Amino acid sequence: MDIYLRRKIVNVFNLSVSALTTLLGLFFLFWLLWVLFDRGMAALGWDLFTLDMPGPGSDSGGLRNAIVGSLLLTVVGVLIGAPIGVLTGTYLAEFGRYAWISPVVRFINDILLSAPSIVIGVFVYEIMVVGMGHFSGWAGGVALAIIVIPVVVRTTEDMMRLVPDTLREAAAALGAPRWRVVTDVVLKASISGIMTGILLAVARIAGETAPLLFTALNNQFYTLNMNQPMGNLPVTIFNFAMGPYDNWHDLAWAGSLLITLVVLFLNISTRVFLRAKK
Amino acid sequence: MTDADRAHADVAVASEHHAHRGSPTQPDLMGANVKIEVRNLDFFYGKFQALHDISIQIPEGKVTAFIGPSGCGKSTLLRTFNRIYNLYPGQRASGEILLDGRNILERGEDLNRLRARVGMVFQKPTPFPMSIYENIAYGVRLYERLGRAAMDERVEWALRKAALWDEVKDILRQSGKALSGGQQQRLCIARAIAIKPEVLLMDEPASALDPISTLKIEELIYELKDRYTIVIVTHNMQQAARVSDYTAFMYMGDLIEFGDTNTLFTNPAEKQTEDYITGRYG
Repeated sequence: MDIYLRRKIVNVFNLSVSALTTLLGLFFLFWLLWVLFDRGMAALGWDLFTLDMPGPGSDSGGLRNAIVGSLLLTVVGVLIGAPIGVLTGTYLAEFGRYAWISPVVRFINDILLSAPSIVIGVFVYEIMVVGMGHFSGWAGGVALAIIVIPVVVRTTEDMMRLVPDTLREAAAALGAPRWRVVTDVVLKASISGIMTGILLAVARIAGETAPLLFTALNNQFYTLNMNQPMGNLPVTIFNFAMGPYDNWHDLAWAGSLLITLVVLFLNISTRVFLRAKK
Repeated sequence: MTDADRAHADVAVASEHHAHRGSPTQPDLMGANVKIEVRNLDFFYGKFQALHDISIQIPEGKVTAFIGPSGCGKSTLLRTFNRIYNLYPGQRASGEILLDGRNILERGEDLNRLRARVGMVFQKPTPFPMSIYENIAYGVRLYERLGRAAMDERVEWALRKAALWDEVKDILRQSGKALSGGQQQRLCIARAIAIKPEVLLMDEPASALDPISTLKIEELIYELKDRYTIVIVTHNMQQAARVSDYTAFMYMGDLIEFGDTNTLFTNPAEKQTEDYITGRYG
């Protein structure tokens, strides 16, 4: 066969197959979104945000305590995890660039990045819940923080490495000490990328269930006390979806839709954020 | 050995092949003070020796150019004067570099203060991710406490000196990255002179620029030279001939010849220099 014709046929074949697989992926994604919207919208209303979880057998109800709990846990997770992550990433990219310990830290961080989240849940259960004698919001926050850290370490280091050395030299050449070069110039040049990493970490922990099962557990009642078990969306979705009541099922759908929308929003806003910075 | 002895010794071996593993004759500096004196400088990138036993005297208040083919060590030599190479482990210098008679290679030298005295402009424009105004104020704030008015004045002064003021005076709050390449480079020069250094090192400051921007930078160098000691690295011989008072020709990590620019270009003492400036290699 003509070598050119052959190449054209292979080209068309490969293009069609990759287009088809893309469509297949998109098909399931949109199917999932469709079902979520279809079922979730039914229970999406003011009640969802103003009423607490219904007990077994009671009518209606909302997810107020779970939403507030999830927000709190996420905020605590990010407040603990992001600073540690940014500082570690800064060390790897700047101060410890030539230190022997940096490749070790990087390697361990990569392992942590891909560690199953349930392992993290069991770990925090062991060090916090067992010690305190009860499940608590704090334990949940710490578990989420441990998931946040490796994501933020990685993006912070990557983003800081994108800053050219010439910029560091330029700042040093003005007589700026090392730490000011890092905070004033490198951090400033990479902050949008680092913020993106943090937002992606938020998106990642927003739907985490396993680490919360062993730590924050769940709470049917509204509480802001981080020392108590705390209601949260993922575990509630799990419980309600498995439960026998129709209104629980509706709420589980609504909660799923809510998390999906939040994650979608976070992902889109990081893209917009990055594009605006460019 | 005194300087005079060394000069004699160098003259004595000048005709021999390895004369360059030592220093060529110093040109008559016409009574100018020596701002930087390099003595027997060796420089290493890890195990690779990039500079061999360099000795040179940089006159105060003049423009000195380093020329030579790629990899000859001219940028490396320049980068020792503010010890910017110290940012990278594995790069080291031995010998002496006297700035106003004090050896800056000594342990305990305060590198930040040194760099505030010896400013540097790089090959590629490197505006900080800040406004035009902040780009200039940043370096000033590191070592001086100025009030608002004084700072405004300093920023304007530096931008005027760098021939950029008229183009940016209405957009001082905009990002420095929004400027064109030539404007960015002049911003970097303004930033360097805003902190009023004594020496200005320029590492191929115009090589990434178009001819018109290059011309502006060259005019700028001419403007600045009565206030600063300027050392410029360039691979463009015409540029060296246009802007400098003294020129040093380097090759393979050796200083081959150092003389006043006119003599070096019209009547070089060394065959290698002549071959280079007439375009036979490099």
